[in-house]
Amino acid sequence: MNPTGDSTPETDGATERRKKSKKPNYSRFTQQELPACKPLLTPTIVISTFILIGVLFIPIGLASLSASGNVVEIVYRYDIDCIPQQSQDDKLAFIQSSLTNKTCTTTFNVPKNMKAPVHIYYELDNFYQNHRRYVKSRNDKQLRSKAYELETTNCAPEATTPDGSPIVPCGLIAWSLFNDTYSFATQSKVIEVNKKNIAWQSDKDHKFGSDVYPKNFQQGGLIGGAKLNESIPLSEQEDLIVWMRTAALPQFRKLYGRIERDLAANEQISVTIENNYNTYSFEGEKRLVLSTTSWIGGKNGFLGVAYLTIGSLCIFLAVAFIVLYLLKPRTLGDPSYLSWNRNPDGH
Amino acid sequence: MASHSVNPPEDSAAAEAAPNTVPPRRGSLSFRSRAERSSSETLSVEIMERSRSRPMASYASKRSDSDKLGSQREIDDDEARFVYINDPERSNLAARLPNNAIKTTKYTILTFLPRNLFEQFHRVAYIYFLILAGLNQVPQLGVFSPAASILPLAFVLGVTAVKDGYEDWRRSRSDRNENNRVALVLVPGDREFRPTPWKYVRVGEVIKVAADESIPCDMVLLATSDPAGVAYVQTINLDGESNLKTRYAKQEMQSTAPEALSGLIRCEKPNRNIYGFLASVNVDFPTGTAATKPVSLGQSNIILRGCELKNTSWVVGVAVYTGQDTKVMLNSSGAPSKRSRLESQMNREVILLAATLFALCSIVAILAGVWLVDHRHELDTLPYYRKQDLSEPQVGKYNYYGIGAETVFAFLMSVILFQVMIPIALYISMELVRLGQAFFMIQDKNMFDEATKTRFQCRALNINEDLGQIKYVFSDKTGTLTENKMEFRCASVRGVDYSHGEEESLFSSVSSGETRKPKTSVKIDPELMDAIKGGQGIEKANLARDFFLALATCNTVVPILVETPDPSVKLIDYQGESPDEQALVYAAAAYGFMLVERTSGHIVVDVLGERQRFNVLGLHEFDSDRKRMSVVIGFPDKTIKLFVKGADNSMFGVIRKNIDLDIIRETETNLHAYSSMGLRTLVIGMREFSIDVFEEWHSAYEKASQSLIGRAKLLRAVAANVERDLNILGASGIEDKLQQGVPEAIESLRQAGIKVWVLTGDKQETAISIGFSCKLLTREMTQIVINSNSKEACRKSLQDAASTARRLKAAPDSESTFSGTGSMQTPLALIIDGTSLVHILDTELEDELFEVATVCDVVLCCRVAPMQKAGIVTLIKNRTDDMTLAIGDGANDVSMIQMADVGIGISGQEGRQAVMASDFAMGQFRFLVPLLLVHGHWNYQRMAYMIMYNFYRNSVFVFLLFCVLYSVIYTALPTIIVGVLDKDVSRKTLLKYPKLYRAGQNNERYNLKLFVLTMMDSLWQSLTVFYIPYLAYRRSTIDGPSLGDLLILAVVLVVNIHLAMDVFQWNWITHASLWGCIVATIICVIIIDCIWMFPGYWAIFHIMGTRLFWACLFGILVASMVPRFTTKALTEYLMPSDVQLARELEKSEETNLSNSSEIPLSTFSQL
Repeated sequence: MNPTGDSTPETDGATERRKKSKKPNYSRFTQQELPACKPLLTPTIVISTFILIGVLFIPIGLASLSASGNVVEIVYRYDIDCIPQQSQDDKLAFIQSSLTNKTCTTTFNVPKNMKAPVHIYYELDNFYQNHRRYVKSRNDKQLRSKAYELETTNCAPEATTPDGSPIVPCGLIAWSLFNDTYSFATQSKVIEVNKKNIAWQSDKDHKFGSDVYPKNFQQGGLIGGAKLNESIPLSEQEDLIVWMRTAALPQFRKLYGRIERDLAANEQISVTIENNYNTYSFEGEKRLVLSTTSWIGGKNGFLGVAYLTIGSLCIFLAVAFIVLYLLKPRTLGDPSYLSWNRNPDGH
Repeated sequence: MASHSVNPPEDSAAAEAAPNTVPPRRGSLSFRSRAERSSSETLSVEIMERSRSRPMASYASKRSDSDKLGSQREIDDDEARFVYINDPERSNLAARLPNNAIKTTKYTILTFLPRNLFEQFHRVAYIYFLILAGLNQVPQLGVFSPAASILPLAFVLGVTAVKDGYEDWRRSRSDRNENNRVALVLVPGDREFRPTPWKYVRVGEVIKVAADESIPCDMVLLATSDPAGVAYVQTINLDGESNLKTRYAKQEMQSTAPEALSGLIRCEKPNRNIYGFLASVNVDFPTGTAATKPVSLGQSNIILRGCELKNTSWVVGVAVYTGQDTKVMLNSSGAPSKRSRLESQMNREVILLAATLFALCSIVAILAGVWLVDHRHELDTLPYYRKQDLSEPQVGKYNYYGIGAETVFAFLMSVILFQVMIPIALYISMELVRLGQAFFMIQDKNMFDEATKTRFQCRALNINEDLGQIKYVFSDKTGTLTENKMEFRCASVRGVDYSHGEEESLFSSVSSGETRKPKTSVKIDPELMDAIKGGQGIEKANLARDFFLALATCNTVVPILVETPDPSVKLIDYQGESPDEQALVYAAAAYGFMLVERTSGHIVVDVLGERQRFNVLGLHEFDSDRKRMSVVIGFPDKTIKLFVKGADNSMFGVIRKNIDLDIIRETETNLHAYSSMGLRTLVIGMREFSIDVFEEWHSAYEKASQSLIGRAKLLRAVAANVERDLNILGASGIEDKLQQGVPEAIESLRQAGIKVWVLTGDKQETAISIGFSCKLLTREMTQIVINSNSKEACRKSLQDAASTARRLKAAPDSESTFSGTGSMQTPLALIIDGTSLVHILDTELEDELFEVATVCDVVLCCRVAPMQKAGIVTLIKNRTDDMTLAIGDGANDVSMIQMADVGIGISGQEGRQAVMASDFAMGQFRFLVPLLLVHGHWNYQRMAYMIMYNFYRNSVFVFLLFCVLYSVIYTALPTIIVGVLDKDVSRKTLLKYPKLYRAGQNNERYNLKLFVLTMMDSLWQSLTVFYIPYLAYRRSTIDGPSLGDLLILAVVLVVNIHLAMDVFQWNWITHASLWGCIVATIICVIIIDCIWMFPGYWAIFHIMGTRLFWACLFGILVASMVPRFTTKALTEYLMPSDVQLARELEKSEETNLSNSSEIPLSTFSQL
């Protein structure tokens, strides 16, 4: 035809027409007719889903509650107790002074039989190991291999000494390594604390190099925490490895060691704590925890309660839906419920 | 657009500015202004000045001033354009008239970038992304690399810009081709026509156009190859009508050779009205002796750009409007960028989310600030903060800029972290989903037109989902509803009904070894044929012959010979203004009365194999008052007969009632039967003239046709005087052939709650009869007709209409307002014509029209110009939020298609303009049903769900991030798959229950309430995802990466199970993508945890080894889904939506047919 202003010339139209004149191929896919399952929320499905969840969740809840109940746990907060009476007003000065005696002792009474292995944890509160400034202040290359000793990217503000030589291991995390120590004894007989294999084997094998030795560590004007033995490679420094697996939450426990023997009920254990770590500047709390474990982990009733709640809620809902379906029966797919059949004027 | 044309400066100041260069012009102009002052001195001076060059012109122009005052509407000088025939220099002198180049592009190279970006940034989200990209450039915040943060936005913007640019380039290419077409232009000095590119044609130049060529600009006819000055043009590109229109060159100009012609045309300024033209011409004669009177020019003297010359070997005309001033260009509005409704609604949610985001970030910043102030003394040494940097000799600061700055940074950083709240990926997903949906629409075999071998085309990709929300359909008539093929179906001769077309006609006209056949053959009724041949008596035969002779002669159809491969056979193609007449002439030819030749004075008809020549003594044209036309034919045997044909109501008034009463009654019965079949009926009558009557008529006719003032009125009076006492010959029934499935489609659309309006350039009668045949109008409907000639009359008719509407709507029963729902009330139809619309559109009457029109169930607009079509669409668009769809096939529908929210072009026809302007193109009107009811419904449902789901998913991430910071693994694939493939209800059900379409019209799947509920759900889900592990792992040895792994797996599982719960149909692709995504996420997490570089090394294996992990994961999934599942089950059971019920119906039907695994799908194309 005769193209006016806003048309495309004929040649273009012609090619397009030729292109478009292909008949679409019939296939179930292109016609959107693939065989499909069309699930509907029928009363049966709804009720059985709820019952199934209830039946699964209540036993799991009960089991995990009982498992959590069977865990024996001794928790002792010592950050205040371990400051002598005269220093209570200025805890910071006490902890920062190198002259004060920081050893303190206490006695635990084992409430129930504790089966080996008994895990020893230290628990810190109000310590944000997940702070963005903190978590990124490390260098994994440097930790893994001696070749990258000079690699201190991201390690600020604990990257190098003032004269520029690299700190190994660099970064805030390593610098703030926890340095309280614990020892246990019963009736003057020392209880062995096994500090081997407290870190993940994968970390020891692949993240921390066996040829990397601490260097210039904790030499600066500001001491963050523990010093490291410069003759032991990082892969053997299990306390460091545990510490450097930063906690997810501000209230966290870290494995200190294990007691490889059962502790009998009512056994008196005397504990000697070297209270070195400064949590006083930020009102952090320190606890010592002795705990057994169960299949569900440590002592925590929350999950059991949650499962029980969800389970019983689902049973309740199942019953409610049964009642509903009985009281207000509706055949599925009844055309008389269609809006235009219900009120013919279409409102 | 009209402001483009600068008015020719009529003020003398402008004319005097260049007195020496063009003295004649100055003379003529100042003459007129000074003549008003009646200064005789000036007058004589001017005449002398003029006489040097064109002595007669000044005289003529003086006459024109005095003469025209009474005769017709005067064009004010201010509003006139002066065109000097054959003198482009002078015509263009004062005003900077545009040349004939056209420009339809939106951008230039310079404006492309700013304008395109400006348009794109109408998406609120893009501004948001821009701000974020800016934030990422701040080094202190550098969460991601600055370049990478710009990348997604740049990608999205770039793709759209390239697409827009390409489209514009195509437009510019077509402009260039158009502008470089060649026309023959008379070079003033040379007196010969030279080929010139169209773009250089100027106002005032004389142009010659040959047969079948396009008209390069709007021109006034000066001369044609026909001695009587007749020319035929095809105006399909302008008004969509494919028949030929007759145009005349004024005899005053026709008599002079075009090369020698000069004169002045005063015409209106460029306007959009393609049905009107107002001008007058003064012709200068080179001899300078005879004086000319100003001759008024009308619409029949102008041929418009976009038309094509037919059946006339050449015409010569003078360009009056060029380029952008031409009526066709003024009637084409620029293509506006369309944006889907869902997307504009999304802007609202984007703003809401941005506010939430701002609030969240403010909380973060405030808390950060409070904490910093609290710990300001410890910051130096705090193990996990430590701002003191001892690496350098002097004590530095580690990444610290003071408490105020740190607070601001905390805010900005949280903005960056939470930015996924408004997902840029959503916009990318949306494009991908639309692409997929377009693929399926194109591939749908139910929308493939077998006849023209065209399939569905998606020309716009961003409004797929609008198809599911349409409330108004504006449809063109010719070529869209109808096939534009008239077919003669029934004849009633002397009250006997012959409507059994069974046999092929065998007639052909043979003369000098050449066989001529009509191009279209009509099936004939053997009984009627028998009657013609005299098998049923002489009297009957004579009447039947007169009947067909009347059909063959009483028309303005022109036979055109078309060559065929066989040189001895030629086809006769009947061309004429009215397709009805064409059909009648074809019918007459089939019965042996073949119109072979027509000139202005005589007609040659092959009567049953014998050529006869009839003199056409007079022709009374059709007009809308009489509603009939007539010819006076001088027979070879010297008898003179008047043949009249017209609409039944007008004809029965002039038929002799005293005799043939039975016949009249029978004919009326037949007519009623025809029109209830949807046929267009005409009654044919005849009067034999006695010599006295003829003489009387002849002198009156001659007098009237030579009269200069009020000729049409006089002729009408002559006609009315003679068209009486007719003998009834019979009646005819013509079928305006509807496209396949149109009535059914319209019914389905109405069921779906879509209002169908028909806008046509056709006559009112035609429009109404089509309305009946396509079941748009029914006999029960009350018709409100508005055709008024002035604004006041329009106002009154509208008020009457409104009160009628109120009365009818209120009275019968008050309980229903919906149309087509089987209610008992009187349905209303509004019929309005283009002339009334001229007075209504763009005035305060629009509101009243809107009120009336929306109350009516059906609206028919006839005789509407292209721009009025767009105006009607705008009328609805501006006043409601309802979605509009325009469908049409011709160039006259372009502006309507562009204006409507969704424009659909009918492809496969000859013209391509509508398709080029459309968003979607398809072969048949009835494809609207699968397109809207099936694909539209699905597209809307899918897209709405996908947007909602994306907002949900990202807000889960953000609410979670608000508690713990972790990166996000993107899980877009399943949503995209669901967005492309999921079907809530099957095609079959959707077609069975068209009312399901209302879900989209009522915004059921995407609204603020649903959004808020979804957000609350997402808040609950993120709370469970965070707090269950938080409480379970409190005081434990859990490390950050392990907890992160747990959270990420939980989130991915939760969002995917959420999605799974909402999937309607599970096919293998859905299964694969959904479960595949979960597996892929797990694999991703594992892979990341296998890289020693990352702090999370091996964490996943450690945590997966603990039972607590699995218990947490399982607990999270169930706890987060319980509220949603319960709500879903409750609402689906207690308050099922129609769509839900339809799904249940579908399912129960399937189980009933359990044995047959496959249901034969009845497709709409089988209708």
